[in-house]
Amino acid sequence: MSTISTELVEPESGLPAGEPGPVGIAARSPLQLFWRRLRKDWLALTALGIVLLIILTAIFAPVIVDLAGTAAPRTQNADLTGDFGEPLGPNAQASSPSADGTVAQAGPFGSDKLGRDVFSRTVYGSRISLLVAFIATAITVLVGVTLGLLAGYYRGWIDTLLTRVMDLMLAFPVLVLAIGIGVACSGAEGCLGGAIQPGLTVVIFVISLSTWPYMARIVRGQVLSLREKEFVEASRSLGASDRRIIFKEILPNLVAPIIVYSTVLIPQNILFEAALAFLGIGIDPSDPSWGAMISDAASIFREAWWYMTFPGIALLVTVLAFNLVGDGLQDALNPRTAK
Amino acid sequence: MAHGDPLIEVRDLVKHFPITKGLIRAKQVGAVQAVDGVSFDIREGETLGLVGESGCGKSTTARLLTRLLDPTSGTIEFRGKDIASLSRKELKPFRRDMQMIFQDPYSSLNPRKTVGSIISEPFIIHEPSVGEKDRKCRVQELMEQVGLNPEHYNRLPHEFSGGQRQRIGVARAIALKPKLIVADEPVSALDVSIQAQILNLLRDLQRELGLTIVFIAHDLSVVRHMCDRIAVMYLGRVVELAGADELYNHPRHPYTGALLSAVPVPDPRLAKAKVRQVLTGDVPSPTNPPSACRFHTRCPKVVMGKCDVDDPALDPKEGGNLAACHFPLSDREVATQVPTAAA
Ligand SMILES: Nc1ncnc2c1ncn2[C@@H]1O[C@H](COP(=O)(O)OP(=O)(O)OP(=O)(O)O)[C@@H](O)[C@H]1O
Ligand SMILES: [Mg+2]
Repeated sequence: MSTISTELVEPESGLPAGEPGPVGIAARSPLQLFWRRLRKDWLALTALGIVLLIILTAIFAPVIVDLAGTAAPRTQNADLTGDFGEPLGPNAQASSPSADGTVAQAGPFGSDKLGRDVFSRTVYGSRISLLVAFIATAITVLVGVTLGLLAGYYRGWIDTLLTRVMDLMLAFPVLVLAIGIGVACSGAEGCLGGAIQPGLTVVIFVISLSTWPYMARIVRGQVLSLREKEFVEASRSLGASDRRIIFKEILPNLVAPIIVYSTVLIPQNILFEAALAFLGIGIDPSDPSWGAMISDAASIFREAWWYMTFPGIALLVTVLAFNLVGDGLQDALNPRTAK
Repeated sequence: MAHGDPLIEVRDLVKHFPITKGLIRAKQVGAVQAVDGVSFDIREGETLGLVGESGCGKSTTARLLTRLLDPTSGTIEFRGKDIASLSRKELKPFRRDMQMIFQDPYSSLNPRKTVGSIISEPFIIHEPSVGEKDRKCRVQELMEQVGLNPEHYNRLPHEFSGGQRQRIGVARAIALKPKLIVADEPVSALDVSIQAQILNLLRDLQRELGLTIVFIAHDLSVVRHMCDRIAVMYLGRVVELAGADELYNHPRHPYTGALLSAVPVPDPRLAKAKVRQVLTGDVPSPTNPPSACRFHTRCPKVVMGKCDVDDPALDPKEGGNLAACHFPLSDREVATQVPTAAA
């Protein structure tokens, strides 16, 4: 137990145990302890700053685009393509004046094949990325934690059933499944009786469907070991109900692993969304999604490097920042890790 | 201490853990006979020791008494009412009268709950009408009673040492003023210097609250000064049951004799003079225990043809000990072999 911070443990003595500790290390809430640890992790803090910045970008995308003076993300401007329909580079001038006599200028990130502004689309792309990732992660957590808890706590047939379903899901070739569902649900009336509409809901559905078993498996494993702990027995011997044991004894011990795994899931889901968009699943081609932009840019990368580079950097930075925050949270949430 | 009527009467208590095979349709292929026909009384106000080697079924007995496990068969009468087959709901009123103190002070406290909320739990479950302020007050009184600083109400378990944690466990156990406390090796995870403090605390609380205690230990040296009577278990059975002094001075079961041979005694000359009985071989598996007397495979006094076919009952022997043995130790054998025997 070398990891328990010695300052907090008072020596056992013959005196009434636990005289007040030295001033300044009085009782700290778990949150305070967590914050104290996180505060020292500059890498995680920087990443957290970037994550907040990205979230703000997503929220204030219209304002940012307005301030930058670039065109709206779906606006196609034929003047912003070259004579042969090639995109214009960053800040490049159109080769010939437009109909009104002015010379059109591309935005700071250039334009795409249809003359849409890459800067605007990259900024708006954060909306789709985060929206899909957050909602899919929330669904995964909800479904995974609920089913994992039930399976791990009650065991028996419910556990057998759920484990088999999870095994089956994990054995599925996810991309094939995704393409299948994407095609099946992208018709005008959607699928599952209209619950899954074409567009973002298909993407969210596919992502949640293929990630919940991981979450459920992690939670189930934790619950299986937690339910045998003596503090659960103590609660049971006091006559606590299953509900009380699940919510007051087991769930609080799952918060840390759930948060940690969610922070791993978010960047994974961002990549997942990009991959699906790259494959053209679910998302409408006019929607600004980083994955779709990269896919679109792949064929003309040699002529228009900017078209792939800027959404690519946005994707990379976002995923990296979320991953670093995840690592930082993991370290700070575990009360026994050394400082 | 005056000990009254039985608080709990245990009769023919059995717990077999099934061993199953097969993934989809589990088939039972055997059973761990963890507790196999145990009978004893726990008298009001006494401390009953339960000792035996690892795996002999002490913890299982404890968990059966507090009904954390369902017995395979047998009865447990709590003041005349059989609680062995009560449902979870019917048990609830009995729960407040029977509490457990656990061996591991690290895993017995939820690491995510503050000390205050850990000790509050008994009140929340059994006296939900008590307001939060009253509850806090009572919890802090309890903390004081077990030697903790009430100002540490909001601290987490990891901020305490092992001994302090065990005090938290004790506070939780006595919160509802139970009749019976089952302490499963409450000090074996602690430093020797701290063990005595916890034992003293338990004894003080017993006197103050009139507790009846079942005290489990795996060696006989700890229980001597704690217990009024001691039950010795071997492979799921009680092989000897006697008052603490009787058991130490004149054990009747050869297994008890062998356990006492290993107890350190203060007078080395006395110890040297004895022919220590060292147990040979391992404890047989509880999955497939020896026939009849379960100790016959390791017993120095075994008589084949008797001990392996005829199961001895737990009967009174010379000096008042109850022992399950056909050939109990005589006074002469005790005097030469047992270091704790009265000179
Ligand atoms: N839940 C269980 N499932 C299967 N077997 C069990 C279970 N609990 C206990 N056992 C077995 O029952 C036997 C008795 O175990 P028990 O924990 O009661 O022993 P003990 O006397 O408390 O030992 P120790 O001194 O090591 O704590 C052991 O062989 C153990 O492996
Ligand atoms: Mg045990």
